[in-house]
Amino acid sequence: MSKEIDSVPNMLISVGLTACTINFLGGKICYDCLDTTKFLRWKLLMLPYIICTFFFTFCILVGALMCYSMRNELEESLFQGLCDAMRYYKDTDMPGRCYIKRTMDMLQMQFQCCGNGGYRDWFHIQWISNRYLDMTNSEVVDRLQSNVEGKYLIDGVPFSCCNIQSPRPCIQHLITNNSAHYNYDYQTEELNLNRKGCRHALLDHYTDIMQSIGLIVLTIWLFEVSVLTGVRYLQTAMENVLRLGDPDSESDGWILENSLADTARYNFKIIKNLGKCYQVDDDPNIDVPSTSQRPHENVLAS
Amino acid sequence: MVVGKMKLTFQKRVKLAQGLWLLSWVATLCGAITFTLGCFLKTELRRRTEVMDNTDIHCVPNTLLIVGLASMGSNYFAGRICQDALDAGRFPRWKNFLKPFYGGSIFFTTLMLIAVILSYVMKGSLESSLKIGLKNGIRFYKDTDTPGRCFQKQTIDRLQMEFQCCGNNDYKDWFEVQWISNRYLDFSSKEVKDRIKSNVDGRYLVDGVPFSCCNPRSPRPCIQYKITNNTAHYNYEHQTEELNIFIGGCREALVNYYMGLMNTIGGVVMSVFLIQSSVLATLRLLQTSMEAVAGQENVEMDAEGYLLEKGVKETVMEYLDPVLKLMWLNQVTSSEDTGTKDGNS
Repeated sequence: MSKEIDSVPNMLISVGLTACTINFLGGKICYDCLDTTKFLRWKLLMLPYIICTFFFTFCILVGALMCYSMRNELEESLFQGLCDAMRYYKDTDMPGRCYIKRTMDMLQMQFQCCGNGGYRDWFHIQWISNRYLDMTNSEVVDRLQSNVEGKYLIDGVPFSCCNIQSPRPCIQHLITNNSAHYNYDYQTEELNLNRKGCRHALLDHYTDIMQSIGLIVLTIWLFEVSVLTGVRYLQTAMENVLRLGDPDSESDGWILENSLADTARYNFKIIKNLGKCYQVDDDPNIDVPSTSQRPHENVLAS
Repeated sequence: MVVGKMKLTFQKRVKLAQGLWLLSWVATLCGAITFTLGCFLKTELRRRTEVMDNTDIHCVPNTLLIVGLASMGSNYFAGRICQDALDAGRFPRWKNFLKPFYGGSIFFTTLMLIAVILSYVMKGSLESSLKIGLKNGIRFYKDTDTPGRCFQKQTIDRLQMEFQCCGNNDYKDWFEVQWISNRYLDFSSKEVKDRIKSNVDGRYLVDGVPFSCCNPRSPRPCIQYKITNNTAHYNYEHQTEELNIFIGGCREALVNYYMGLMNTIGGVVMSVFLIQSSVLATLRLLQTSMEAVAGQENVEMDAEGYLLEKGVKETVMEYLDPVLKLMWLNQVTSSEDTGTKDGNS
């Protein structure tokens, strides 16, 4: 399997860890909110905190959606990986490839599958190493010569393709030859070998896991969104209380003070004018608060 | 002769009661753990019930289940008792409850010890049960069309693959059994006929093993037929070939697995046994010291606590007397009845 598919679990792990820290901090902030004096400590931090949480909530959503969208990459990755594994099945004497036979056998036994798309994939590759072929035998020589690339291809599969549920002892060699075995018809025989391809078996396995995880992460996302909304309401309400001066009075809370378009326009103006903070108006008679001072005030107040 | 005498000040009594309350909750948790371990062991044994001849070994997890439940109950009561122990007003109501409580608790605590001993003692029984079960499994491997035996093939194949073993004692067991059903043998073939004739019982024996004996770790494709025939395969010598098929037998593999499981469980149960005994001993100390201050005006005075008032032998006799009396009473009554009946007739 390639490394691209690793992005899904990596994303989930990093988002999960960060969410832990953020939510812990959020808990601490909310606990302190009940006391107006303690709230003053957190006042400056709250808006950045809410913005950060908003972005991470968005990342959680992306993580959950990735679980459902990576199926094609996974399939491609599995296809390539299994092709290579089957090709290197016989290379048990080469360092770096010596465990592929064992891995492939255990995989086929565990997931009850055979080959890439089906058992016929084994007919197209040489899975018996030359070390175990008697080159003096005429049958072997014939087979090698009949193949363009000089590969020893047989209509047989490794033992790990054998289906446990078959009522008869496993037929793994001369599979397509009905006369080689008594009372055997390979077109109608369904239980002899595992019929499923390992690519499908693994794809189903991982898709199931990712779907369950995706569902759980979506639920967590909804939870996070509600936490975020609650913190925002708390923050605006506390600020209004401070503005009113009386800690026990009622105050309004909101998510956005103006509409979405207005808020976007306002914040954009602030960012534009940040660059102009060092411009000073020369005329002392004009008592107009310069645009450079207002953004500072608002940043402090919010 | 008093056993385990200890002088306890009021402060010590308070500390003892607090410590005991905590310990009794820990012990309740340990009782729950014992129960869970019993469930786990029972499930594991039931999974392989098809290759076992009898269920004698199930006495170990059954005992653990009973002991776990009893331990949870007795430790719960121990906690309640020690909660009331420091309150001189509430303590007397437990008076009549204590003697049977101790009797029962000591019985179940010894049962815990017996369960651990059983897990070692039953090894032989487990082994013989597996021997017979596996022998039957291998014999009925080919009978996939006989109702009641049709799953033997699947069971044995799964077992051999999971435990990486082959046959009962070793792979040669497959050479002595016909594991290929007659349905798949071509009786018109000369080779088949020769083989069947050469065997006394008319069985088709091969020097081959099922595919589930194949070792995935082998560097070469599995050789499962004509295993003892070196010339049938290129570059093959069956005496030195170790990785081709699984060498070990399934009986040994299964016995080792279950013994390992029971050793671990035995270790855990032993520590639970120690915790339980200390709970009972501490409770006894607390109870006797509270009884010494009962009825006194100054409840904060020093008091002596002990484990046993009389010696061990006398205490045991004291406990057994009512039980024996009950048994003798039944016998005496029945003999009287027969006596009167004989007298009347």
